[in-house]
Amino acid sequence: MPLPEVADSFTGQVNRITLGAAKAEGGSRTKTVTVGGAKNVVYGGSFDDAGEKPVIAMDVLDSKPQDWPDALAEQYKNVFDSPGDWAKKCVQEFGADLICIKFDGIHPDRQNKDAAHAVKVTEQVLAAVGVPLILWGCGNDEKDNAVMPKVSGAAKGEKCLLGTIKQDNYKSLTAIALADRHLLIAEAPLDINIAKQINILASDMGFPLERIVMFQATGALGYGVEYAYSIQERQRLAALTGDKMMAMPVICDVGYESWRAKEAKLADAPGWGPAENRGPMWEAATAICLLQAGADIIRMRHPKAVETVRMFISGIWSQAPNSESGVDN
Amino acid sequence: MILIAERINGMFKDVKQAIQEKDRKVIQDLAKKQTDAGASYLDVNVGTAAADQEGTMQWLVETIQRGCSTPLCLDSQKPNVIAAGLKVINAENGVLLNSTPLNKKTDEEVLDKYIEMANQAGPKAGIIALAMDKNGVPQDTDTRVAIAADIVTKAQDVGFEAQRLFIDPIVLPVKVPNAQVQPGNILSAMDQIRFLSDPPPHITVGLSNISQGATERSLINRLFLAMAMSHGLDSAIADVLDEDLMNVVATSDMLMNKQIYSDSFLKVYKTMNK
Repeated sequence: MPLPEVADSFTGQVNRITLGAAKAEGGSRTKTVTVGGAKNVVYGGSFDDAGEKPVIAMDVLDSKPQDWPDALAEQYKNVFDSPGDWAKKCVQEFGADLICIKFDGIHPDRQNKDAAHAVKVTEQVLAAVGVPLILWGCGNDEKDNAVMPKVSGAAKGEKCLLGTIKQDNYKSLTAIALADRHLLIAEAPLDINIAKQINILASDMGFPLERIVMFQATGALGYGVEYAYSIQERQRLAALTGDKMMAMPVICDVGYESWRAKEAKLADAPGWGPAENRGPMWEAATAICLLQAGADIIRMRHPKAVETVRMFISGIWSQAPNSESGVDN
Repeated sequence: MILIAERINGMFKDVKQAIQEKDRKVIQDLAKKQTDAGASYLDVNVGTAAADQEGTMQWLVETIQRGCSTPLCLDSQKPNVIAAGLKVINAENGVLLNSTPLNKKTDEEVLDKYIEMANQAGPKAGIIALAMDKNGVPQDTDTRVAIAADIVTKAQDVGFEAQRLFIDPIVLPVKVPNAQVQPGNILSAMDQIRFLSDPPPHITVGLSNISQGATERSLINRLFLAMAMSHGLDSAIADVLDEDLMNVVATSDMLMNKQIYSDSFLKVYKTMNK
């Protein structure tokens, strides 16, 4: 019996966005990365519909992390004090497509570091690697509004992905991203209606929808990944049916969320197998799940997990006609 | 919702005058205003403004397309007038041919001719087919559905995709004596028309017809629109400049889960629909 043809076709398309500006465009990146472009759900339709390959952004923290479990910290202990070297390691040894500088150290409840520190870190990483950057604030609105504009200025013209804007705190970052020619991450707390609203608010300020990436918040395996999955799936279907306010590529924060799970971080749990494997497995499983909902950029931390996810991506997207175009050398 | 904006029609005084005086600006302003209001197509109807209907249709098409890329809906009961419009149109973004019945006493093959014209106009060209035949406008539900089924079958037979076919079950003025049963009949017909094929044909109506000659026109139009949308209507020839009407479209789409809710859902609808 022949298999019935069940593939849907859609009229819409996820926006195609290029991160990073090379010299000719006024930046200094030696690589640019293009994401998005899907015209169907993952596995759906023909390979022509698959769009760009998803990419992996590896996290570099602005300051030495204080709460990373040993299985993760072990990988980076020599470079914790040098974000530039840390970024270089991620790109050269682990093949990161992008570097995400996460400014945890500026948070008032953590190390409360100042803008000068954040700018210095940004400059170091820009000098150390040629891949495009993601510049991600600490999550404290007041501090982010004070520091992130300076960070943005330090990377002016580099077409970084700057974030995050939220429904009740979007004006200053949107304005500065517009002025400094960056892209924006629009964050919503696992709420599809707010996710749409924040895009509208940024758009009302004159920010082009084609320069926004959506962050719907992420839940790890066992900690809400199904919520993140279903919201992403619904957003992708809206994009494919022509909702321009939902047609943005999506970023997920898999690294941070996965390593919060006790199954990933608990060292002393003999019944669960060795800790050095458990965490990477947790991180990879979460990432692969969200990739199937249509995630375009995955933030990750452990090199072993990165390797597993990269194999998955090249396996699934290898037959797509533009499978080599996700990362332009 | 596929909204076909109705204002560029020679039956309206300002349009008629603009046609007679060859005043392009009036037409172009209407094209822009309706596009900004959220029109998916602009209906173009010569009306009774000029004796030379073919030439006038061409003048209107050229005038609109000088400053506006919104697809057009060429509206005439005469195939030669539509054909004249097609000669000068840029149909890259699509075009609708409005409209043909299943057949006419004088022309059994009229539907085939429209399909043929649409095919020649390009892959994005569609037709609006009226659920009527040589016997006239049906008064009951079953005849409407039977004619619609014949139209769908005929389109399928010649390989014309359902997505390019708009069935109009024909809305009659509610004020006409004994016509008050018709809105109910039309809704029942829509319930069946949307299952005639998979994917289904679009269903459209000339919305403003329903309130012809009545008071409270805008209220009647928008309430019937909401009712019809819940019965599968996914297109209408309507007054997109009626903001209350557009708000009803946006809200109906949202309530039927066709648009994801956001606090600005009314405001964004117009941009979304383009």
